[in-house]
Amino acid sequence: MSEYLIKNGFVFDPVQGIKGDKADIAVKDGKIVKSSEISSKAKTIDAKGKSVMAGAVEIHAHIAGPKVNEGRNYRPEEKLFGYTPKKTGSRMAGGFSIPTTFKTGYEYARMGYTTAMEAAMPPLYARHVHEEIKDTPIIDEGAYPVFGNNWFVLEYLKNKEIENVAAYIAWLLTETKGYAVKIVNPGGTEAWGWGLNCISIHDPVPYFDVTPAQIVQGLLEANEYLGLPHSIHVHTNNLGNPGNYETTLDTFKLAEGYKAKNKFGREQVLHHTHVQFHSYGGDNWGNFESKSKEIMEYVNKHDNITIDLGQVTLDETTTMTADGPFEHHLTELNHLKWANVDVELETAAGIVPYIYSPNIKVCGIQWAIGLELALLAKDPMRTFITTDHPNAGPFTRYPRVMKWLMSEKARKDQIDAFKYSDKVVAATHLASLDRELTMYELAQMTRAGPAKALGLAHLYGGLKPGMDADIAIYDLNPEKPATPDEIEAAFSRARYVMKSGTPVVVDGEIVSHGNKRTLWVNAKVNENPQVVRDIKDKFLRYYSVNQANYKVANHFVPNPYIIEVDATQ
Amino acid sequence: MTKSVTDVICPFCGTLCDDLEVVVSDDGKTIVDVYNACAIGAEKFMHAQASGRVTRPRMQQPDGSYKEVSYDEAVEYTAQMLAKSKKPLMYGWSSTSCEAQSVGHEIAEQVGAIVDNTATVCHGTTLLAVQDVGIPSCTLGEVKNRADRIIFWGCNPCHAHPRHMSRYSIFPRGFFTNKGHKNRKMIVVDPRNTDTAKMADIHFQIEQGRDYELLSALRVALRKEVLPDTVAGVPKEKIYEAAELLTSGRFGIIFFGMGVTQTLSKNHNIDEAIMLTKDLNEFTKFSIMAMRGHYNVTGSGQVLGWQFGYPFCVDLSRGFARYNPGETSSNDLLRRGEVDAVFVLGSDPGAHFPISSVKKISELPSVAVDPHITPTTEVAKLHVPVAFVGVEVGGNCYRMDNVPIDARKVVDPPEGVLTDEEFLTRVNKRVKELMEA
Ligand code: SF4
Ligand SMILES: [Zn+2]
Repeated sequence: MSEYLIKNGFVFDPVQGIKGDKADIAVKDGKIVKSSEISSKAKTIDAKGKSVMAGAVEIHAHIAGPKVNEGRNYRPEEKLFGYTPKKTGSRMAGGFSIPTTFKTGYEYARMGYTTAMEAAMPPLYARHVHEEIKDTPIIDEGAYPVFGNNWFVLEYLKNKEIENVAAYIAWLLTETKGYAVKIVNPGGTEAWGWGLNCISIHDPVPYFDVTPAQIVQGLLEANEYLGLPHSIHVHTNNLGNPGNYETTLDTFKLAEGYKAKNKFGREQVLHHTHVQFHSYGGDNWGNFESKSKEIMEYVNKHDNITIDLGQVTLDETTTMTADGPFEHHLTELNHLKWANVDVELETAAGIVPYIYSPNIKVCGIQWAIGLELALLAKDPMRTFITTDHPNAGPFTRYPRVMKWLMSEKARKDQIDAFKYSDKVVAATHLASLDRELTMYELAQMTRAGPAKALGLAHLYGGLKPGMDADIAIYDLNPEKPATPDEIEAAFSRARYVMKSGTPVVVDGEIVSHGNKRTLWVNAKVNENPQVVRDIKDKFLRYYSVNQANYKVANHFVPNPYIIEVDATQ
Repeated sequence: MTKSVTDVICPFCGTLCDDLEVVVSDDGKTIVDVYNACAIGAEKFMHAQASGRVTRPRMQQPDGSYKEVSYDEAVEYTAQMLAKSKKPLMYGWSSTSCEAQSVGHEIAEQVGAIVDNTATVCHGTTLLAVQDVGIPSCTLGEVKNRADRIIFWGCNPCHAHPRHMSRYSIFPRGFFTNKGHKNRKMIVVDPRNTDTAKMADIHFQIEQGRDYELLSALRVALRKEVLPDTVAGVPKEKIYEAAELLTSGRFGIIFFGMGVTQTLSKNHNIDEAIMLTKDLNEFTKFSIMAMRGHYNVTGSGQVLGWQFGYPFCVDLSRGFARYNPGETSSNDLLRRGEVDAVFVLGSDPGAHFPISSVKKISELPSVAVDPHITPTTEVAKLHVPVAFVGVEVGGNCYRMDNVPIDARKVVDPPEGVLTDEEFLTRVNKRVKELMEA
């Protein structure tokens, strides 16, 4: 296989602690190697005056599966502009907040992202998720099956049967070729089966008589019992409501006293996603305000928790979540078209378009809160940049988010552009924060941090010999100050991107579909006849498909990267 | 000795039953018996066995007779036709696998074709309505486990989706519905006194084409506002009563079919039905679902969706995907004479399209890919016989509630017969060569 030498770039690599020093990166057979290990035939890539980082890792985005596709199909209006034609080596590609699968792969790659996780896979629809992943070029992907409203989980946790939950998780990960344990509005989405919800973590789930707190804690324990590469990945109750930061803190506290148990170097036991949507004070939209300080004070003090932002980008977008009752609530607020799917025994999902307008006070406050979370973070290895794509904005806006985080001036310009700047400033802390993230911190928040939290630090997020050769080169010279717009432009179109040693982007253009892989976790547990019986019974009586037709066959995952976990003892 | 294949998926209607048992001969070549399927489903399996099946491509001759040709020649003819054409129509895709659809789309993208599926004459109006107002829905298992109010509007599952009621909607005992049909109230809205209507607790035998009015009246009744004495031929007392019945349930669903999608008002009927469903969610839990016909028309919309962003009527002729039903829909294109070649796979427009469209197909270079001899293969210049998807080859399919189920292979296709996917893959390869030349 080919050899490469990326010469003379300014390297930012949190894994090796390199903070912008000039260094050469050597690549051989898809991996990063010591410069001494490549021959003179290696192709040289000149990165002089440019910044070199590992490929970025997306920890939470909705990019493949039934609700994403419903979003595409029910919003033809989204594709009127910006469709790009087929070229040699690439397919036609369109869509903005819900791009086609081809566009998804191309856009991530162009920004220097080489891995992305689909954040919510309904198990019954896993086959669909994998069909889309298969059609998403270049980037490695995994998907998180949702567990927080699953009847097996609710029934086992009512009686605190952690081993049974663990056996069920292991079974479902294998059946669906899933990556991690996702929890969305625990209990609340099952309640939505009757048009109800669980607002606090102590609201019992109708009929099942178990609380969201018990669900989160039980799944956390089962996750650590198994020693999965990622921790539980939580979107807690009460999303989007004024005053919800207390629910968020209550949820964080469920992790107190737990330590991560796994062989992957992961240290957190709970990842909370899109925390922006969960950091609200006030008790109505009039006195709505930021509680980012309270939230980050807690996060900073507790190193067994990681978070991602869910940064609002001030665009027209399409919201979609397994939080069914939330989407119903949203359509009542904005009266835009509402799609919903309740999924038997497992989950639900809703979709509503949304316009984050700079002319609306609440949107401005939401925008500020997301940035505050990042700027108040003491440990950039535990706070990750996301837009909860497409919920707070499309992932294609990451370069803009990076600009805001790296430039106080860019933030000030945006605040001044709000219709209600004064009110936004009064309800938030952002105007008083002068921190500007460094390239190194950015690499922590988008590369090394998420890779470690996913238990993938051995593959992704750094440029150490032995790691995958996922590399991005940007037109940013740390010795010359860049304007905010130059920052955004540089991160929008990487000069050069390599995925597993294959050049995929050159001068901002796609040159190859690469050799994308699907990551999934194969967890082994001791034989558990009760769980086997329960599964059989539920399929016979309550599912609408036969058990034999549930499993995602291997041919849906043509190029798998399987992570083995052994929890037998 | 025979052997039995279990958990077989029925490749006929959108109910996509996955519990069939098919008994095959020891050599795995012939189907002996089919269990659990309804009559039409079983017929599909037995039909694969019918004697006199065409097993090689056939080219129509000037005198109307057919000449057998090789698959190589068929691939060449198809690839040449598509590559030369300025604006070919590639229609059907509803009775084949997602894998085959995907290869078809790759061809279409290269040659600049219009890709359209059978929704164009069926639930296309539903897709438009969803684009207007969204859709609150659920999986069929939710109906089985929770639903106590069932409406069949403009559809007749007794005949079109025979096992729908026994598997999902009326009879099964689910988690919260352990008394089966005794837990459920069934309303049928249909101008005809169908076999489904005969089973209903309430049958609204409405005046033909007045669906929109009755849907609106129900929305009025939910708000307890004033109605005229009769709407669509239904006395207002009955409408208030029905509104009361719907809101008093715990979980309801409207299933609707062609009786309301292709009659007067078309997509506006569905808009109104969806808005009624949305209104009902102010009172209780309510869903709505289209009774999709072909077993994988839903899958065609899905694959088109993730690859191009639109569920049908996808025009790739300008080098990027466009969507404008009415302009980019098969019948409109055919009747306006805008397409110069027709490729059909996984549908029978010869039987389902208006005669004016079928005439146009017969005048154009055309290829029909189908296991059977059909009215379409009879007008097409080239008929390419293929294996039956779901019988002789597997592949992914989407049920009417969008749940994906991987169909199984139960017997071998006749010696030398290609599958849809194999044939398309060869055409794709040849088209690539021609386009690059
Ligand atoms: S109801 Fe439809 S899918 Fe089920 S057996 Fe009958 S034809 Fe086949
Ligand atoms: Zn999310």
